[in-house]
Amino acid sequence: MIDPFRTDLVPLAILGGIGTYAARALPLLAPGVDRLPAPVLTYLRLIGPAALGAIAAANIFVADGAFRVGPEAVAVITGAAIGRWRNSLLVGMAASVVVVLALRATIAA
Amino acid sequence: MSDTTQAAELRVARRRLAVDSIGIWVLAIVIGTIFGFTAREGGLSLVEAAAFSSILFAGAAQFAAVGLLAVAAPWGSIVLLVWLLNARHFLYAASIAPHTTHLPRRIRAGLAYLLTDEAFALTSAHIARLGRFDLAGGWYAGFSIFVPWNLATIAGWLAGAALPEPGTIGLDVMFPASMAGLAVGLVRDRAALIALITGGAAAVAAAILINPSAAAMIGGLVGPFVGIALTQRGRETR
Repeated sequence: MIDPFRTDLVPLAILGGIGTYAARALPLLAPGVDRLPAPVLTYLRLIGPAALGAIAAANIFVADGAFRVGPEAVAVITGAAIGRWRNSLLVGMAASVVVVLALRATIAA
Repeated sequence: MSDTTQAAELRVARRRLAVDSIGIWVLAIVIGTIFGFTAREGGLSLVEAAAFSSILFAGAAQFAAVGLLAVAAPWGSIVLLVWLLNARHFLYAASIAPHTTHLPRRIRAGLAYLLTDEAFALTSAHIARLGRFDLAGGWYAGFSIFVPWNLATIAGWLAGAALPEPGTIGLDVMFPASMAGLAVGLVRDRAALIALITGGAAAVAAAILINPSAAAMIGGLVGPFVGIALTQRGRETR
């Protein structure tokens, strides 16, 4: 039985949190960010689609260390397209869930 | 632009932010619950699981840390892995930073604490719609994750075993679906489209050839570079 109020690992959470917070805070607190050259600002603007696309792609196209196109990839791409078309993230996410369930049911049948 | 028009634009953008965040709440509740359950299975107490979610506050890194604790890995290696996994947040902060320089340092320091993948995605989309940073929107995006994530962690620790496996009801695709949906929503020009595609391709290659934990960082670094290079080359050719 685990003691719910044990605190032995709280310092570990704090240590992990220090480095995490530093990564999140340093660029926001660094002086002179507003005086960066235009190409650097363009680069920073493009980090959003690139990093988020990277997270999604690595999640859906890689399984057990190998490239794979499965129901999840089809569902996520379909959902993203529908979300863009309907201009709604929520609709896109719901579509992804429906598509992946339909594909898995089809494959299982 | 008149004050009335600006206020109307702000209302529309905030409504859109609120609607987009509903999917993120669901995501945070589902994954947060799983984390709470996983933490308990991994031997963490309720207070320790809550500390991971409230202090570390970084989903993938929390799961990785619990996984390493389960195999009795030394704290030094756990902390190092957590820092490496969360290094991508540096890119997020750097991307938002030029829009927040007018804010007091203590406000920026507070916003930084809440800057997760999902908060960055919601905030970036909100900035893209408004053309500027909206402080209320920034706080809302951060707390949209922080509050459900922490409540769900506690709920998952207390009752996680009673919940169904997310894959059986299709909820396992919600995280990549939210990231893909928000990434596509940020595409406003050719450079952004190229950055998205090449970032994704670089991430897949990195996940296979190097390490899955390096994927987001490498994709986030490579994508913008290629986006700018190919767009400039296209202009020069014309």
